[in-house]
Amino acid sequence: MFSNLPLLSLVIWTPIIGGMLVLATGSKNSIEAKVLSLLVSLATLALSIPLYTQFDNSLASMQFEELLPWISSFHINYHIGVDGISMPLILLTAFITVIVIIAAWKVITYKVAQYLAAFLILEGLMIGAFASLDAMLFYVFWEALLIPMFVIIGIWGGPNRVYATIKFFLYTFLGSVFMLISLLYLYMHAIDVNGVGTFSILDLQKLPLDLTPQILIFLSFLLAFAVKVPMWPVHTWLPDAHVEAPTGGSVILAAIMLKLGGYGFLRFSLPITPDASMTLDWLVISLSLIAIVYIGFVALIQSDMKKLIAYSSISHMGFVTLGFFLFWKITENTGSTSGAALGLEGGMIQMISHGFISGAMFLSVGVLYDRMHTRMIKDYGGVVNTMPAFATFAVFFAMANAGLPGTSGFVGEFMVIMSAFKANFWYAFLAAITLIIGAAYTLWMIKRVVFGPVANEQVEELEDMSGREFFIMLVLAIAVLAIGLYPAPILDVMHATIDNLIAQISVSKLP
Amino acid sequence: MNFVTPDFMPAMPEIFLLTMVCAILIIDLFLKDDSRGATYILSLIALVATAFLSFSNYSEQTITTFNGMFILDPMATILKIAICIVVFGVFIYAKDYLRDRNIYKGEYFILGLFGVLGMMVMVSAGNFLTVYLGLELLSLSMYAMIAMQRDSVVASEAAMKYFVLGAIASGMLLYGMSMVYGVTGSLDLATINKAVSTADRVVMSFGLVFIILGIAFKLGAVPFHMWMPDVYHGSPTSVTLYIASAPKIAAFAMMVRLLVDGLSDMHADWQMILIILSVLSMALGNIIAIAQTNLKRMFAYSTIAHVGFILMGVLTGTQAGYGASMFYAIVYAIMSVGGFGMIALLSRAGFEADNIDNFKGLNQKSPWFAFVMMAILFSMAGVPPFLGFWAKISVLQEAVNSGLLWLAVVGVITSIIGAFYYLRVIKVIYFDKPVDNTPLHASMDIRLALSINGMAILALGLYPTALIALCINSFS
Repeated sequence: MFSNLPLLSLVIWTPIIGGMLVLATGSKNSIEAKVLSLLVSLATLALSIPLYTQFDNSLASMQFEELLPWISSFHINYHIGVDGISMPLILLTAFITVIVIIAAWKVITYKVAQYLAAFLILEGLMIGAFASLDAMLFYVFWEALLIPMFVIIGIWGGPNRVYATIKFFLYTFLGSVFMLISLLYLYMHAIDVNGVGTFSILDLQKLPLDLTPQILIFLSFLLAFAVKVPMWPVHTWLPDAHVEAPTGGSVILAAIMLKLGGYGFLRFSLPITPDASMTLDWLVISLSLIAIVYIGFVALIQSDMKKLIAYSSISHMGFVTLGFFLFWKITENTGSTSGAALGLEGGMIQMISHGFISGAMFLSVGVLYDRMHTRMIKDYGGVVNTMPAFATFAVFFAMANAGLPGTSGFVGEFMVIMSAFKANFWYAFLAAITLIIGAAYTLWMIKRVVFGPVANEQVEELEDMSGREFFIMLVLAIAVLAIGLYPAPILDVMHATIDNLIAQISVSKLP
Repeated sequence: MNFVTPDFMPAMPEIFLLTMVCAILIIDLFLKDDSRGATYILSLIALVATAFLSFSNYSEQTITTFNGMFILDPMATILKIAICIVVFGVFIYAKDYLRDRNIYKGEYFILGLFGVLGMMVMVSAGNFLTVYLGLELLSLSMYAMIAMQRDSVVASEAAMKYFVLGAIASGMLLYGMSMVYGVTGSLDLATINKAVSTADRVVMSFGLVFIILGIAFKLGAVPFHMWMPDVYHGSPTSVTLYIASAPKIAAFAMMVRLLVDGLSDMHADWQMILIILSVLSMALGNIIAIAQTNLKRMFAYSTIAHVGFILMGVLTGTQAGYGASMFYAIVYAIMSVGGFGMIALLSRAGFEADNIDNFKGLNQKSPWFAFVMMAILFSMAGVPPFLGFWAKISVLQEAVNSGLLWLAVVGVITSIIGAFYYLRVIKVIYFDKPVDNTPLHASMDIRLALSINGMAILALGLYPTALIALCINSFS
């Protein structure tokens, strides 16, 4: 029935146009804006579900493809499509945006329409980035989504928001312009090789390339994606941005925007520059391990809950990049590529699971912050006495964050660690340490905030979650449990794509 | 020697405009101050009609007339239309501002139209003489426009400074032209181009340097940029609007006429000079702009940085490179006129909104114009999906294609530095509380024009295909 609809375009443009409509309602009537944006986000979610149900798991190629000429002088096309890597991330985006909009319902009182519109436009841009099959289209979405995020942190953020948001913007801008130069170089190289320039990602993936340009391109991609993921040592914008961002901003940032970096590695770095990835995989692996271990320790000493979760995000994203780049060490070690899929799929699962868990953690902090207007751990204590339902969820998500078996946090980390064992015992050892550190920092925070005697009068007067907050938490908890207990539906979707990716990167692109 | 009547048709838009300006000049004499609107409307009509005539004159082939002094090619047609449209916007934005300051005189529009005529002559010049005639017609109109606010000390200073420096630059340009004439024996650009290969290289190089100096001054490339911040700042905003937008398109055309049409065989020589100018302009413009608190000065330095990009496309010496630069020049003019238009919009009688702080909390006063300004600033910073991004991309693309990868890298690094000061203004607009709560008061036409300007930056950014293709195709 829907087969003729440009489904993917609808998923991208519904929220963007909806966001503009929300803007048009103005700030006079906030309930109108809220209902409209909720409807738009639900419509987007509904539109994105056929992407999953009609997705052919056995195909490694792009599905739901749309190709329209856009800027013919530079051979830039409006070319979109999804495969097993991007489709789950699109669903995640559509899902988390609904949550964020519900979460904003009572909390945001200043310029509500602009706030909701920013999130809707951001949603469309993020989905567009995930769906782009043209490098320039991807770049446009990738850069454009900085604008709503910049505004979100800057207008609705905390006291130091201006510093944080400018730092966020410039950091990401700095990272991505070098990617732009690389793309322009690849376009010119395509002219040399094929006689005609192209920005099509799929064509660029097939383009033969010498090792030196590959390494330079790889490094520029690394800079762009490492800033976004973020990897140590270019992570410093994230804690600032997270601390200052409003709850919804933090959720989107942690749950989806960071994933764009991971997605970039899979879509650009690995397939376009496989030989450079092989030569420099030690670099990414070391940075990932540093992130996992060192940033884990940094998280341990944080006194601000949001900062702690931000550092925990960096540490968890380290698993993602680690899983993605284990391939060559595994083939070197075992002679087969069988374990590599585990690492890549583990990284993917970790991205999705982290989307839910970090989103839930930031929302939990948001729930407390809305009541107490402080994020400092020392201001809390004994919250369980006054907010038992909240405490249940908080403990559950903390456990998931620490990688408790049965939750989604466990699946991804376990897969990556298993994969790391095949590559090198010490990688696995270092990565596994984080299970301890992770448990330490999350549970210690929970102990200080949730348990113990009631710390002060404000905690004494706390009211438990409202129905709205309960609903959000419940939905997220179900998602975390579902993936933790039965990850197969997500894994099945990406098997074919990941296998294809592995086949692609095992072949040298050197001419 | 027998006299052949030249073909007037290719120059029809110029002839029409000249007639119109003379007519408006006389009509304006008989108008009372309160019916000055007639001059304004007539000027707008003149611009629209000129643009239309240029459009109907469009020809794929290159037509020359007046013994080669006048060239009509696709580039000339497109740039003339762009100039008319941009100046159309300038006049609309300037009207309220002029009225609030009691300088709502016919002279502003008449001088502005004469400037347009000068620009159109520059764009179509096929001879050193026509280049110079057009340039001086434009420059003299601008000197007078700046000085129009007689009792303003800064404006008089700006006019004086611009006049003296502009005269020196024109002198340099003439000196260079005379050297080239001395060697090649011709003022005709096409003839010169043929003669370059056999000409004395030493004298030609000297001539080239002086010609580039003149061009660089008019464009405002470092190190010939000193006049820009002072003149932009000192002039009434209504005049800054004018100086900062369309003349850069004309200066770009002059550069193409002189260097590409006239001296393309010396590409290796002028490429090196332009590279240095380009790098210096991008670096210095973007870095010094950070320190500015006055928006007009900030835009002046940002213009210098944009000029670096315009030079980057031309110096590649390829057809596609010229096309990219042409696209950049047009895009720059659209953004610049919008940016200064916003200053004019916020200004009112006795109040100049030319300080960055004057934009504080604009989002509270008018979310719509806050958005328009944001679009302009992000576009200038080169952030997609706004138009400025595609301008940067096309130029960078051509730099990479001609093997100047390092120059493209310099370009993007300086753009990151540049992003900071644009962001600072956006920060002020969106994140700060308003200082005064005077509501915006502006007439409908300026509001409408600014909205269209902002939307054009967004819409053309989403679909730049046609404009890019037009620019690229005019050079092939």
